[in-house]
Amino acid sequence: MAEAVSVVKDGDVVMIGGFGSSGIPLELIEALRRHAPKDLTIISNNAGVAEEGIASLLRDGLVRKMVCSFPRSKGSVWLQKRYKEGSIDFELVPQGTLGERIRAAGAGLAAFYTPTAYGTLLAEGKETREFNGKGYVLETALHADVALIRGEKGDAWGNLTYNTAGRNFNPSMAMAAKTTIAEVKQIVEVGDLDPEAVVTPGIFVDTVVLQEGLLDAIA
Amino acid sequence: MQSLSKEDMARRVARDIPDGAYVNLGIGMPTQVANYVSDDRHVIYHSENGILGVGPAPAPGEENPDLINAGKQFVTLLPGGCYFDNADSFAMMRGGHLDIAVLGAFQVSATGDLASWATNDLSEPPAVGGAMDLAVGARQLYVLMKHCTRDGEPKILGECDYPLTGKGVVDRIYSDLAVLDVTDEGLRVVELVGDNTLEQVQAVTGAKLLPPES
Repeated sequence: MAEAVSVVKDGDVVMIGGFGSSGIPLELIEALRRHAPKDLTIISNNAGVAEEGIASLLRDGLVRKMVCSFPRSKGSVWLQKRYKEGSIDFELVPQGTLGERIRAAGAGLAAFYTPTAYGTLLAEGKETREFNGKGYVLETALHADVALIRGEKGDAWGNLTYNTAGRNFNPSMAMAAKTTIAEVKQIVEVGDLDPEAVVTPGIFVDTVVLQEGLLDAIA
Repeated sequence: MQSLSKEDMARRVARDIPDGAYVNLGIGMPTQVANYVSDDRHVIYHSENGILGVGPAPAPGEENPDLINAGKQFVTLLPGGCYFDNADSFAMMRGGHLDIAVLGAFQVSATGDLASWATNDLSEPPAVGGAMDLAVGARQLYVLMKHCTRDGEPKILGECDYPLTGKGVVDRIYSDLAVLDVTDEGLRVVELVGDNTLEQVQAVTGAKLLPPES
């Protein structure tokens, strides 16, 4: 874990998979917190709860900017604190736009027009255009230096499967970063995963690390 | 005036969910709608985090920590259900594949503008989640909300004064006092709860109400 996240440098843009409490690479986040790079931009759907996950990065002052869609989960305190004291930049993005901006980056697209947020505060200052009488907002791709994601099973080629709704943002983020690190519950031999069941092809993944109970040790 | 309980409001929406519909229920009161859809209707629930065929809460001890709904509650998957990633989930919304979304709201305007994600107090970081995508994408958008605020102020207005979730996106409002359709002519009463009169409901509504079509 520690070696895997040592690629993250001060000022990096880091995507972190997960939705609510589901599919979060909690051990990679803990390893990143211990590595303690500064001035990170974090892109994730939520901003962590209590002292867990992304909240621990915000608490330790490692985050300069947070990009997310729903920071106000029950029990989240650190994003609120950092926002109120003005010590971080905060960019709110509708969830589908966040996901599509990430996917676009991974798919080599510079930008796209979405109907989401047209005519709202979140479209202010953005280019808009009508297609067939309907309004759309131009949104740009969202790239990262490093993506931290969580899978269920992975192999040495980086092929990944997921556990139920733990999939969420993980497959798109795997595509959108220069370096993608996946935390998995189980590492299997190359060839053991059913090719029809592989959700993230290994081409998008650089490093697969096995969960090692990093959080159990501190609990 | 007669006012429906939250349970009866959810029950009223449930009556209008047709057999075979793909439905997304928003966080909070809208989630309760599923409890009242009759068993003879086969309805497929979508959850924005990547589930079709969302089932009821698991028995205690049977929870899968990754299997949650958009409200972060533990759920189950019904036979025939499946999982997919965020990009596919929101393609289902924006692409017009969902038949109905039921959302809560702070305010709705006479032209179907929806305000549901932020008030004018920006001292707290705002959260929007998937509401804006659902608002533009679902083929039918139903709002389930109390007719007035706790202070008795109308939530149905000529124009919303809170930031919008979407412009002209609401099709129908289910409140504790009435059911209203957003039409090209304006807000039309579909039905009034109990013995409520149009005049009574009009008095607590900030936009003109048209009488039911006869």
